[in-house]
Amino acid sequence: MPEWKTEIVARLGALELSPVREAEIVEELSQHLDDRYEEMLASGATDEEARRAARAELSGSQLLAEELRRVERRDEPPRVVLGQGRRGNMFADFWQDLRYGARVLGKQPGFTAVALLTLALGTGANAAIFRLLDAVRLRALPVAHAEQLAEVRITDMKGARGRFQSWHPALTNPIWEQVRDRQQAFSGVFAWGADEFNLGTGSEVRPVRGLWVSGDFFNVLGVRPQLGRVFTTADDRRGCDAAGAVLSHQFWQREFGGDPSIVGRKLSLDDHSFEIVGVTPESFYGPEVGRSFDVAVPICADALVNGKDNRLDAGTTWWLIVMGRLKPGWTTEQASAQLNAISSGVFETTVSPKYPAESVPQYLGFKLAAYPAASGISQVRETYEKPLWMLMWIAGLVLLVACANLANLLLARANAREREIAVRLALGASRSRIVRQLLAESLLLAVAGSLIGVLLAGFLSEFLIKFLSTEGDRLFVDLRPDWTVLGFTAGMAILTCVLFGLMPALRATRVAPLEAMKAGGRGLTAGRERFSLRRALVVAQVALSLVLVVGALLFSRSLAKLLTADVGFKQEGVLIAQVGSVRLNLPQESRLAFKRELLERIRAVPGVTSAARADIIPLSGNGNFNNVWMDGADPAGKKGVAWSRISSDYFKTLNTPLVAGRDFDEHDTPTSTKVAIVSEEFARQIGGGANPVGQSFWVEASPNDPQTRYEIVGLARNTKYDNVREDFQPIAYFPLAQAPRLGQFDQILVSSGAPLGQLTEGVKRAIGEASPQTTINFQVLREQIQNSLMRDRLMATLSGFFGLLALVLACVGLYGIMSYSVASRTNELGIRMALGAQAGDVRRMILRESLLLVLIGVAVGLPAAFVATRFTSALLFGLTPNDPVSITLAALAMLAVALLAGYLPARRASRVDPMVALRYE
Amino acid sequence: MFARVLDRELKKGSAELLIMSLVEARPRHGYEISKLIESRSGGVLKFNVASLYPLLYRLERRGWILGKWVEKAGQRRRRYYRLTVDGKKVLAEQRHTWREFVEAINRITEQENA
Repeated sequence: MPEWKTEIVARLGALELSPVREAEIVEELSQHLDDRYEEMLASGATDEEARRAARAELSGSQLLAEELRRVERRDEPPRVVLGQGRRGNMFADFWQDLRYGARVLGKQPGFTAVALLTLALGTGANAAIFRLLDAVRLRALPVAHAEQLAEVRITDMKGARGRFQSWHPALTNPIWEQVRDRQQAFSGVFAWGADEFNLGTGSEVRPVRGLWVSGDFFNVLGVRPQLGRVFTTADDRRGCDAAGAVLSHQFWQREFGGDPSIVGRKLSLDDHSFEIVGVTPESFYGPEVGRSFDVAVPICADALVNGKDNRLDAGTTWWLIVMGRLKPGWTTEQASAQLNAISSGVFETTVSPKYPAESVPQYLGFKLAAYPAASGISQVRETYEKPLWMLMWIAGLVLLVACANLANLLLARANAREREIAVRLALGASRSRIVRQLLAESLLLAVAGSLIGVLLAGFLSEFLIKFLSTEGDRLFVDLRPDWTVLGFTAGMAILTCVLFGLMPALRATRVAPLEAMKAGGRGLTAGRERFSLRRALVVAQVALSLVLVVGALLFSRSLAKLLTADVGFKQEGVLIAQVGSVRLNLPQESRLAFKRELLERIRAVPGVTSAARADIIPLSGNGNFNNVWMDGADPAGKKGVAWSRISSDYFKTLNTPLVAGRDFDEHDTPTSTKVAIVSEEFARQIGGGANPVGQSFWVEASPNDPQTRYEIVGLARNTKYDNVREDFQPIAYFPLAQAPRLGQFDQILVSSGAPLGQLTEGVKRAIGEASPQTTINFQVLREQIQNSLMRDRLMATLSGFFGLLALVLACVGLYGIMSYSVASRTNELGIRMALGAQAGDVRRMILRESLLLVLIGVAVGLPAAFVATRFTSALLFGLTPNDPVSITLAALAMLAVALLAGYLPARRASRVDPMVALRYE
Repeated sequence: MFARVLDRELKKGSAELLIMSLVEARPRHGYEISKLIESRSGGVLKFNVASLYPLLYRLERRGWILGKWVEKAGQRRRRYYRLTVDGKKVLAEQRHTWREFVEAINRITEQENA
């Protein structure tokens, strides 16, 4: 057979084909010539003829070379080497990365869903809590130049006497008027007092949130009316005989449907007519964060509404909060100095003749000072700031656990993509290019996850506000999103992206390509080193989760203890009827008879087992306090006690046993000997020993009562007075019948086994029969007490939720790593089983590994938990932060997680078929 | 315009059409293709190495046919070409164009004859 190859090569000439391609072409063409040659021979041609015929096939071979050059060259795409040839277009690259990332993520819906859910929950929880925190803590009042606002307060009110009608330290009206007239630090000052007005004119009370405001209130705050006008100093003059009302935007919408012709109409508040003069803009919710207002009326109208009992000249009723706008260039320190200078004048002028003589020196020594008030005042803030910060930390930890989980997922994926990455590195892609590519993927995850998280946060914060609002006390928090919240969420997204994306990306690209390619093959110990990072992440996850679970258990157990705490009286089946008889306008002397009749009628309602009046409902947050000492003892050794005025049957209604002596009865009248029932703690702390009945004690003079001696006629079991958390404090009970003055408002405790609806109907009818002009409002004792535990419920619910979330995340993380461990050790497991290991042995081995990881996690987490829970002690009840039960339960929960997460992989491991395993790559 | 495109396509396309038609039913190697063209055209059409292979390579480049080395017992390995999915579509189109072209020619020539 002739050799054609050299001839063909010669004719192809300088084609500059790749050697492989050239060899192929030469082989194919010479075969063709062989075929031709053989055919010619077969048809009887001579060798020479056959050769010639074959060569003729190559005739026109310039054409061949030319055509080949065209064909082989023309369609050839430009040569691209990955990672080289900087095109200098970062955005195009980035866009490409994002699209590629989206495609990769879309191809793994399971992974993507888990990652997104984890992130969304983590960022959502954080954003929701941050939103609340921002709204109540960080944001300034929605008024112009809020930073110029300062509050005027007494530096230390210890020893102040009288009635305190504000949760916040407040001033009396005489003090306010003096401050207004004497101060020089402010360009304008204003005062307000919060109150509740009855909008209803029938027997049902329709409470609205009211503000008593000074004439300059709106002007100094810089609040312009949306409709009509706001008050001026002319509206708030002593002796005003008619008053206007300014409505909030929300109230105007709610009550009047935004009627634009509202100005000039009348509004009935506490049965007094007010003319509506204007509406404030939507952005202004009032000076208190967390409590919006419905109606504002001038302070001078207190004389119209409360008549003789008005507080305008009361030097012992503390109800007004005073603020001012600092003059340009003035600081709060300078303002404080000026206020300090006028203090003695203010207090000397305002000291009330009713002020108890022994307390006057303290009163005269009071000092005024200015405090920054850019964010107003807020009861919600004071109650919830600490829990919210705590929850912020908890949510942050959850996010960390979520990040660890994601990092783990991404590491696992990076391992699975090791070959892809190795090939790309080998083809010349730069490391930074691949890292950027992987980061683009995590950025996509982070952004998408955060977006879902923000949505989730919206629902979550609404839920939280609903959760914290009670029927009587609607919580108002301005949740309009602002840049702080968006910035916070975006920052968090970027941080998480870097946290969970960068490390796996750097890891994945660190391996030498050759190693990675080999690692895909057989190897019993492949990837140990990188695997240990994932183990460390799981250990960290377990440790963090342990801290969270311990916290959750602490708060839950604390709440359980609060709910079941012995308060000394029964909480179930007690209804509180609040009856107002202002409209009757009864004279002082006939009030007692009316109150007695009221009570008798309620006692006669079918189903009512007993009923009693009380001026203080226990655990309602209200209270009376005064100093007492035993008759014959040195008054200097006086001690503070809590006290209540009650009617007979009070102890029977609340199931509090009388240990000795008697209950109050009809023989205790205004003219008979003043009597008292005291609690056991009173007897223990103040005196009288085990049975103080028959002994007497003195109560210090107060603005309303002179110093009085009481004889103890009964001893009652201890009860909680102010709140569930407190230790039992000494309590004195006095008969309402012996009160120096009777008000026009009664609280009646009704004990009954009857259904609530039926009971309220019966009581309402009974009260209506006593007088149709009364107003009635009902509350359930149990609910009132539970509402007082809202903060604890919040902590228990949310920390419980977060704890559970962390537990699930830890479980997923552990499961992931155990599955991966089993999958990558299939070879090894196969060999073990081929050598005689039983299924049980393998299962135990895998479970042991899972358990070991968790035990290390627990060992790391326990000290962390000990440190972290220390900050919770202020929020706990009946537990120490190192509560052994909570810690043990948490550790057990983690072990359960170890078994749960290890079980499936262990079972899979024990079912490995040795033959399959050994072939497995 | 149409005429120019048609002309160019005709020259190139007719050869392509022949090759693609031959590898449509089953894969064939280059020598087989050249023999078939020669024998079926009764010796009117002939392709030698220099003219056939550039065409094959071009069709392969375009993805219309695919060459594969096949080893058969007791034989040298040969490169067999088969029609790809894309090639099938192109072939159908080209057949259609060709038929239209021939019909058009026929109509013209027949009218002249009548």
